[in-house]
Amino acid sequence: MSEYNFAYLDEQTKRMIRRSILKGLAIPGYQVPFASREMPMPYGWGTGGVQVSAATLTPDDTLKVIDQGADDTTNAISIRKFFQKTAGVNVTEKTAEASLIQTRHRIPEVTLREDQILVYQVPIPEPLRFLEPSEVETRKMHALEEYGLMHVKLYEDISKHGAIATSYAYPVRVEGRYVMDPSPIPKFDNPKMEMAAVQLFGAGREQRIYALPPYTEVISLDFEDYPFEASKADHACDLCGAENSYLDEVIIDDQGGRIFVCSDTDFCTSCQDQTKEEAA
Amino acid sequence: MYVAVKGGEKAIDNAHAWLAEERRGDPSIDVLSVAQIREQLSFAVNRVMAEGSLYDPQLAALAIKQARGDLIEAIFLLRAYRTTLPRFGTSHPIETEKMSCIRRISATFKDAPGGQVLGPTFDYTHRLLDFKLAADGDIEEAELASKPLDEAVPHITNFLNAEGLIQQEPNTDTEPGDLTREPLELPANRALRLQSLARGDEGFVLGMAYSTQRGYARNHAFVGELRIGDVTVEMDIPELGFSIEIGEVEVTECETVNQFQGSKTEPPQFTRGYGLVLGQSERKSISMALVDRALRWKELGEDNLGAPAQDEEFVLYHCDNIQATGFLEHIKLPHYVDFQSELELIRKLRREAQSHLQTQEAAE
Amino acid sequence: MTQPLLDVRGIAKFYGARIGCADVSFDLWPGEVMGIVGESGSGKSTLLNCIAGHLEPDAGEVFFDTRVDGMKDTLLMSEPERRMLSRTDWAFVHQHARDGLRMSVSAGGNVGERLMAVGARHYGDIRARAIDWLGRVEISESRIDDRPTAFSGGMQQRLQIARNLVTGPRLVFMDEPTGGLDVSVQARLLDLLRSLVREMGLSAIIVTHDLAVVRLLADRLMVMKDGHVVEAGLTDQVLDDPQHAYTQLLVSSVLQD
Repeated sequence: MSEYNFAYLDEQTKRMIRRSILKGLAIPGYQVPFASREMPMPYGWGTGGVQVSAATLTPDDTLKVIDQGADDTTNAISIRKFFQKTAGVNVTEKTAEASLIQTRHRIPEVTLREDQILVYQVPIPEPLRFLEPSEVETRKMHALEEYGLMHVKLYEDISKHGAIATSYAYPVRVEGRYVMDPSPIPKFDNPKMEMAAVQLFGAGREQRIYALPPYTEVISLDFEDYPFEASKADHACDLCGAENSYLDEVIIDDQGGRIFVCSDTDFCTSCQDQTKEEAA
Repeated sequence: MYVAVKGGEKAIDNAHAWLAEERRGDPSIDVLSVAQIREQLSFAVNRVMAEGSLYDPQLAALAIKQARGDLIEAIFLLRAYRTTLPRFGTSHPIETEKMSCIRRISATFKDAPGGQVLGPTFDYTHRLLDFKLAADGDIEEAELASKPLDEAVPHITNFLNAEGLIQQEPNTDTEPGDLTREPLELPANRALRLQSLARGDEGFVLGMAYSTQRGYARNHAFVGELRIGDVTVEMDIPELGFSIEIGEVEVTECETVNQFQGSKTEPPQFTRGYGLVLGQSERKSISMALVDRALRWKELGEDNLGAPAQDEEFVLYHCDNIQATGFLEHIKLPHYVDFQSELELIRKLRREAQSHLQTQEAAE
Repeated sequence: MTQPLLDVRGIAKFYGARIGCADVSFDLWPGEVMGIVGESGSGKSTLLNCIAGHLEPDAGEVFFDTRVDGMKDTLLMSEPERRMLSRTDWAFVHQHARDGLRMSVSAGGNVGERLMAVGARHYGDIRARAIDWLGRVEISESRIDDRPTAFSGGMQQRLQIARNLVTGPRLVFMDEPTGGLDVSVQARLLDLLRSLVREMGLSAIIVTHDLAVVRLLADRLMVMKDGHVVEAGLTDQVLDDPQHAYTQLLVSSVLQD
């Protein structure tokens, strides 16, 4: 694809995106408006993440792309091939070997390092969107730090269900200031957001970028007497035995028999390899 | 023993191969050429150019062929291509006053200088399926008129303007923003709203326009003028030091004359709506003018009646069909991780509700 | 106490040539209730909204004793400061409860919101305080999870009062608090307001066309006509011995009700 610039986007566009990223890193959790470009994949299918990755990639990078924690899901494959074609960068399935990881709906199980960047695909960047449909109003609420409505929602959940009824895209407070939507990761992944790597969030259709610099304080909203729980299914992985990784439930027969396997396929494979080595 | 499903890449390759076959259809039937689409399905081409925001009938026709006739898919192809094109600059605003009209009508006057020219319209056809078309016969050439159309076709609104009956559009020299280069931020000025509507989905804008006619912020629209034809595109060339004509485009322009307004201090005047679309695209241009007028309620000092067509955020955020279909169709993507966490939560809540009930029953 | 809680100076609001209100000045001391009466069109609601920060006046100052920073002109405050003030020290009871409540949030959530907005983070405590306040406005604990849409008009109004008073504001603005309610419901509400104001040592500014409301609740009174204050003084004095012709008219027409 020699007629396209490295990683598809032209340099002016990359510059614009990088400025937005820098602004986002300077104000952790704040949604920076940016002029999202029309990309060759549809809005809603990762264009925000792709634009952030495209602006961030250098020829020396090693790229990993996952969707639902797996490298082999169709959209992850599609995006990885896109960057192979337009950027020619090395690709990998091993989290530890990647310098840039683009992800949809999961944070890898392996602890990330300072030399890594995690790029999230975000559908709806506004945590207050379903409480207040107007964008004009929500921008004001963020500017004035008016988050009472967010806690009212949590209060209502508890009064109705006895527990906070949000299981993914669980809202967080960043450095005690901005309330942020972590993208639709399961709440199990929320504690991982306090990490050594840079985290970048791209919402293409909604035209917003936000970011978390390394070691940023990220606290999931809760009540003192109803504290946040990073819960998952009460099982171990049926393939590798891991107790502390997020699991997919797979139905294996007509009677509804099921097994649980690690959602993070690279993690599961490494665990299994490690067990085999130890056995040998 | 469960083995994790692999082979996504192969699946995608196979899907694409099958898609290509389906696109071709029955191999014993002649291949559809891009030229045939361009020439004979021009309204499809026009829609794709208008909503793709790119004037190139050949490319639009190619996109339609590649998209197997799915026009929104074709618009997507054109928009994605547009993103990669280098920008040389901006042209002068086109002068629709100088359009060589193939069609020009007004509902507000029986006749006007320039005449009422029906043009190649479906308007008065009887909607009866014409089976002769199925036989692919040749047609007779249409008869030419004895003399050409008037060269001068002044805008009808100029006449109303001369009497002071219609609101003046303020003339500004401010450069309009570019929706494809800046994020849409509200409140949006009229230029950005018109841009958004020009490339908005025809069906959505039509529905919004229709709603105003049915009473959701009715603005009593008359079609002051509808004109379709070619206009020249002129651009300053810095190396030459003057401007030159770089080509011609066909556009449809609709000016509506709407509900008049007045106050104690100002006598009443008609208000206006405006629609401009690439190619011959009447339905879209008229719809656009009605929705434009509805969105102007604030600057015209009208009440917000809570009608959907008056809600700038609602209209502008949802009229882009590429954004809409992208997000709609993305729900086909795997969401099993989030679904899993919902499953866990609902199981937990049900367990707790059950045990709560059991404790209650035990207590009784 | 050397300074008033609220010092209003020269408030004016014009709509073109028409006067909304003009040249209004008064001060209000802690624990005092000021009534503003007049017919519709007198400018009393305009005045209230100007002081409360809902409308921007064309002239005037509104000094409030912020405790921390002393007397500050609230009209010069930044928007965040003013919004914080209206969540803590100030409260506004609307004539229509719907304007002052979240109709799709439970009663408990409505009362708890101001607490949560200023940092309350213990569900049990928030709920307990909500129950306490619902009790004080005579709404049964069993209704805490019901939405206001399921409440009668009088109950909605009492809920609005609870929602406003839960953070212990020092100044309450009320715009026709009994408007649109049945006479018997009005009486109950007035009694409730009177005891709350006394118990909490609240200052209040109440706008009403109903002299019975000011008779019961207000220490002092301002009578407005065509945007101007025509008479002011202690409530009993003004109502029992009106000096201005318009006040005399108002007082005498009440007796005909």
